[in-house]
Amino acid sequence: MWQGSRITPGAPGYTSNRAAMLRAVETLRALEARTATKSEQRRDRFRQRGQITPRERLARLLDPGLPFLRLHSLAGYMADTDDAEKSLPGSTFLIGIGFVSGVRAMIVVDDSGINAGALSPMALQAMLSAQEIALRQKLPFLHLVESAGANLMNYRVEDWAQGGAVFRNLARLSAAGLPTVAVLHGPSTAGGAYMPGLSDYVIGVRRNGMAALAGAALVHAATGETASDAELGGAEMHASVSGLVEYMAQDDIHAIDMARRVMARLDWNRDMPAPQARSVAEPVHDPDEIAGVVPADWATPYDMRELVARLVDGSDFDEFKPDFGPATLCLQARVHGVTVGILANNGPIDPAGANKATHFIQACDQAGTPLVFLNNTTGYMVGVEYERAGMIKHGSKMIQAVANARVPKITLYTGASFGAGNYGMCGIAYQPDFLFAWPTSRSGVMGGAQAARTMSLVARAGAARRGVDMDEDRLATQEAAIEALFDRQSSPFYTSGKVLDHGVIDPRDSRKVIAFCLQTCLEAQKRRLNPNSFGVARA
Amino acid sequence: MSGARFSSVLVANRGEIAVRVMRTAREMGLRTVAVYSSADADAPHVAMADQAICIGPATAAQSYLNIAALLKAAEASGAGAIHPGYGFLSENADFARAVEAAGLVFVGPSPDAIEAMGDKAKAKRRMQAAGVPCVPGYEGAAQDDATLIAEAARIGFPVMVKAAAGGGGKGMRLVTNAPDLPEALLRARAEARAAFGNDHLILEQAIQRPRHVEIQVMADAHGAIIHLGERDCSVQRRHQKVIEEAPGPAVDAPLRARMGAAAVAAAKAVGYRGAGTVEFLLDETGAFYFLEMNTRLQVEHPVTELITGLDLVALQFSVAQGAPLPVAQDDICLNGHAIEARLYAEDPANDFLPATGTVALWQPGPDVRVDSGIATGSTVSPHYDPMLAKIIAHGPTRDAARRALIAGLEGTAALGLTTNGSFLQDILRAPGFAQGAATTSFLDEAFPEGWAPEALPQTAIACAAGLLLCSEMHTALDATCGSDPALIGFSSDGGTPVQMELEIDGTVHHLTVIGFGNPTFRVDGDAGTSHMSLGDISATNIRAKVDGTTHNIVHAPAPGGGVFARIGGRHLFIRRHRPWLAATDAQTGGQIVAPMPGLIAGICVSSGDRVQAGQTIAILEAMKMQHRLSAPTSGVVANILTTAGQQVTSGTVIAILEEDT
Repeated sequence: MWQGSRITPGAPGYTSNRAAMLRAVETLRALEARTATKSEQRRDRFRQRGQITPRERLARLLDPGLPFLRLHSLAGYMADTDDAEKSLPGSTFLIGIGFVSGVRAMIVVDDSGINAGALSPMALQAMLSAQEIALRQKLPFLHLVESAGANLMNYRVEDWAQGGAVFRNLARLSAAGLPTVAVLHGPSTAGGAYMPGLSDYVIGVRRNGMAALAGAALVHAATGETASDAELGGAEMHASVSGLVEYMAQDDIHAIDMARRVMARLDWNRDMPAPQARSVAEPVHDPDEIAGVVPADWATPYDMRELVARLVDGSDFDEFKPDFGPATLCLQARVHGVTVGILANNGPIDPAGANKATHFIQACDQAGTPLVFLNNTTGYMVGVEYERAGMIKHGSKMIQAVANARVPKITLYTGASFGAGNYGMCGIAYQPDFLFAWPTSRSGVMGGAQAARTMSLVARAGAARRGVDMDEDRLATQEAAIEALFDRQSSPFYTSGKVLDHGVIDPRDSRKVIAFCLQTCLEAQKRRLNPNSFGVARA
Repeated sequence: MSGARFSSVLVANRGEIAVRVMRTAREMGLRTVAVYSSADADAPHVAMADQAICIGPATAAQSYLNIAALLKAAEASGAGAIHPGYGFLSENADFARAVEAAGLVFVGPSPDAIEAMGDKAKAKRRMQAAGVPCVPGYEGAAQDDATLIAEAARIGFPVMVKAAAGGGGKGMRLVTNAPDLPEALLRARAEARAAFGNDHLILEQAIQRPRHVEIQVMADAHGAIIHLGERDCSVQRRHQKVIEEAPGPAVDAPLRARMGAAAVAAAKAVGYRGAGTVEFLLDETGAFYFLEMNTRLQVEHPVTELITGLDLVALQFSVAQGAPLPVAQDDICLNGHAIEARLYAEDPANDFLPATGTVALWQPGPDVRVDSGIATGSTVSPHYDPMLAKIIAHGPTRDAARRALIAGLEGTAALGLTTNGSFLQDILRAPGFAQGAATTSFLDEAFPEGWAPEALPQTAIACAAGLLLCSEMHTALDATCGSDPALIGFSSDGGTPVQMELEIDGTVHHLTVIGFGNPTFRVDGDAGTSHMSLGDISATNIRAKVDGTTHNIVHAPAPGGGVFARIGGRHLFIRRHRPWLAATDAQTGGQIVAPMPGLIAGICVSSGDRVQAGQTIAILEAMKMQHRLSAPTSGVVANILTTAGQQVTSGTVIAILEEDT
C-alpha cells in the first residue's frame, strides 16, 4: 500500500476542492436531468397511446441491480442551439452498455419524448460511436425504436450521406456474429425502416409499432396512393404479411419482456470460460475523497498518486522508473482484480518521461496488460533545451507506442489534456476502447489564456515590424475573444456534446467506470464469435 | 428389553405420525419398517425407516387401508408388531384381530375394546351403565324417522344428530328447530352410509357453547389405568380440531380429578389397554358429558407429552411388550402449558379447500416442537389428509406458550403450498383465545364472516418487490460470464426508477423501485414509501430491513417463474404481472381461417350452433393430411362461408364465430 498520502480530508483546501468538484458534478446531472425531465413530461401522452416512456423502457429492459454504463449522455449539447441554458443534451438517444438477461449488450433507446424521437444534431455521431463500440467489444446490439426520423426542417446533406453508415454497421455487426435486435415501439419510417430491416430479431408492438419506407403523407405525395400508416407498415401487417416482424407484442411492457427473452435465448455465454474468482481489495483511501483531493482548477498542480491511491485495489501500486522522468508516472496496480498499467502526469511530459512512457506502454502490450491513461498534462515540454534533447523524437515514440498498442486502452480526462500531450495520453483520435471526461477537465490544443497571449505577442511583433502603435483596446478585445473561443470549446460538456469522448462522469465513480470498461474489454477478448460473410438474411 | 414380545415394528401409517412413531421406536432400539403407497415413495417416513415396503397404489383403500397388503409386508419384513398410528386402520377391530391372528402384536387396545367404543350408541349405553356422565339423548336401535323425531322432542331442541359409527364430524349436524329435523336425518344418514358403511344415527341434546375437553388415559395389560390430565380442543372448524392445548384453561385440579376418574372408569368398563382418549363436553357450569372414546393415539398427543414429560408412544410400546406401566397416577404432575396448531395444506379464505402441490421449501420454526411428515420437495397429493405438520409450543404459562407458538408459526415456512398458517396465527392472537375463553363455537364467533387474510402492509409489499428483484438479479448474474459484486447497483448516470407490476397472491401492486442494487433502495407504492436494504442473502433466506424493522424472509423459486416466500409470517406467491400470457390466445376475432390452401373435406357445424372451445368447425384436406379447424373459444356459429368440397386458398375465412366474452 502507498504510504505517501499528504491529504487530510476536511482540511481547507480539501473542502474547497470538494465543493467545486461537487458543483461541477451537479452541473452534469442537471444537464442530464434537463432532457430527462422534458422527455418525461410527455408521459401522459405515452400513456394515452398505451405506451411507457423511453426511460421506463430502458429501466425495464435492464437486469435489476446489474451495472449500467451510460454513454454519450451529453451528445449534441450546444449543437442544437448556442444557448447553454436551453440546449437539450442526449441527441434523442439513451445509449449505454448494460445487462439484459445476463447478456452484456449495447443498448440504444430512441428518446421519443424529445421531438418524437426525430434525429437531432450529433445523433448520427453518437449512434455510430455506439455501433463501433459494440463491434469492437463484441456486444449484441439492442435498439428500442420510436423515431419520427430525420427532421426535414433541418435537412443536411452530409447527415443523409453519412447516415448510411448506421445500416452498414448493422450489417457488419450481424456478419461479425453479433445479434442485432430491434423493438418497434412506434414509427420507424424512411431511413429508419432499415433499423428493423437490418436487425436479426424484430419485436413489433401491436397498434403502435410501424415501419415503412414512406409514411402515409409521403406515399400520397409520391404516388397519389391513399393508405393508412397501419396498412403501410403496422406491426400486425409486418408480422403476418411482410415478415419483417418476428415477435408480436401486446404493448411496450410485453415487448420489453420479449426482448429480454430473445436475449436469454441466445445462451450468449454458453462457451465463455468460467470466471476466475479474484479477491478484490477496496482502496484503503476512499474513492469518495477524489472530490477533495483533486484541485478543481486544472492549472493547480498536485501529486496524481493521490488520485491513483483512490482508484486502485488496496491503494497499492508499484512505480516503474519513479526517479527517471518523474513528472510522468507509470504505475502498476489492479482495479477490481484486473492488473493494469497506469500512465498519469505530474506536469508536462519531458523527453525522459516520454521515453519511460514508451517503454512502459510496450512492456504492458507485451504482457497483455490493459492501459489506463489519466490525463493531466499541458503537453510536451517546449524550449531550446527540450528541442535539443529530442522532444519531438521522444514524444513521437510515445505516440507511436500508444497508437499501436494492442491492449485495451481506457482514458480519463481528469484535468488538463492539451496539445500533443492529448495524443500521447491516448485522446479520442487514438481510439481508446473507452474515454470519459471529468466535469472539471479541459481539453484542447492549448489553454485559452495561452492562445490569447500567443496571438497578442504575434500582433505586437507585427505592429513593431510595421512601426505602428499597438491599439491596446483592440488587442484586449481580441485577447478576450480568443480566450472565450478556446475556453468554450475546452469544456468537457462542449467536447462531449461533439462526441469527442464517450461521456462525462462523476469523478468519484472513476474506479467503477474503469472496472466496468476493463471487464467489458476482457470479456470481448475471451469471446469467440461465429462470424459469417453477409450477416443473417432477413426472411 | 428383557422378555420383549417384539424387536421390530411396522408402522401402518404415513406422514407425521409414522415419523413420530418411528422416532420413539428407534430410540427404544426397535427396528422400524415403513409401508408406503406408490405416491409416497420419496416421503420422509420412508427415508427414515430401517426398511420400507410398498403396499400398493396411491388410493388409500388399496394401500394404507389394505389389511392383506399390510400383513404381507409385516411377514416379509419380519416385523413383530404393528403400530397403526391414527386414522386409517387405527380403530378397525378387524385389523387388530387380523394382526393378532397373524401372531403379531397390535400396538393398541384389544379388538373387543375397539369394537365396544366404535359404535357410538353401544358405547354410550355402556358408559351410562358404568356411571360415566353422558349427554341426554337417544341411542336406540329403532331408526325410523317417527321414532327419531319423537325422541328429539323428548330431549329438547337444539339436538345434535350423529352417526352411530362415526367420528371426525362426518354425519354430524346441529338441528335447532324441529321442522329442520327430517332433512337433517336424511342427509346425516347419507353421509354416515358413505363414510362408515352404516347409517345408524344417534341423537344428543346439544350442549350450548361447550368446550371440548378430553382426558388422556393409559392402561397396561395388568389392570393398571391412569390418566395424564386433559386437553382442551375447543377450537374446531366443522368438528375438526385446529388448536389443542393442555392443561385446559377451564379445568382446575378438582375438576381434573373428577373428569380423570370418569375417564378411567370408562376405560375400565371396556377392559382398555394402551393409550386412549376419553372425550367430554364441558359446559359453562362445570358439568361434563361423555362424548366418545378414541381407542388410539391422538393427533394432539404432543401437548400432553410436553406438560407431563412422558413419551406416549414409548408407553404404548412398553404396554404392548407386556410391561407394567412405569408410572402411577401420583407420579403424574403437569409442568407449564403446551399449545399445538395443526398446519394444513388448505385455503382458509376459500372454504378450507384442500390444497395440493409440491413443497418448494420446508423450514420448521424455531423454539417449538414440530412433528411433520414432509420435506422440501415433498408432494402433497389429494389422496390423503392435507395436514402438513403440527407445531407445538411449551411454556411456563399459557400466554408464554401462546406467544411461543405464534413465533413458531411465523418462523415456519412451508413454501409452495396454500396453508392455513396465517389463519392459525390469527386464532392465537384473537382476544377470545388469548383469554382462554374459547368454546367450540369460537371460530364462528371470532370470524363470523369467515376468515380472510389482512391486507398486506406496505412493508411486506416492499419486501416482496425487493425479494423478486433479488431473485431476478441472481438469475441474470447466473447467465453472465462472471459478475463483479462491487459493481452491483452501479449506474454511471445515477440510475433510473423502475416501474413494476407485482402480483402477490393474484393481487397486482403498481410499484416504483429506485436504486435497487445499492445498499439501500426505495419502493414506492399506493400504500406508501419504504426504504429498505437486503442482507445475508442465501438460496433460501434473506434478511430485509424495511423502515426500521427486520424481516427474516424465507424464499424458494416457483417452478413457473416468480418466488414463494414467507414474509412477516405470511406465505406469499410473488411474481411479475404478465397479463399478456392470458391474452395471447383467441385473437382471431371469431374468424375460422384456412391456415393453408386445401380442400374443405367437411363442415362439422351449422349456422346458429353453439360450440365449445376446441370443438371442430371444419376439416381441411391439404398435402394429404386432414387438418381439424377448431373453435378458439366457445360461442355461436354466426355464419358459414364455405361448403364441403370447396377448394380454398390460405387465409380464406371458412366460418365466423360469435365468441362468448
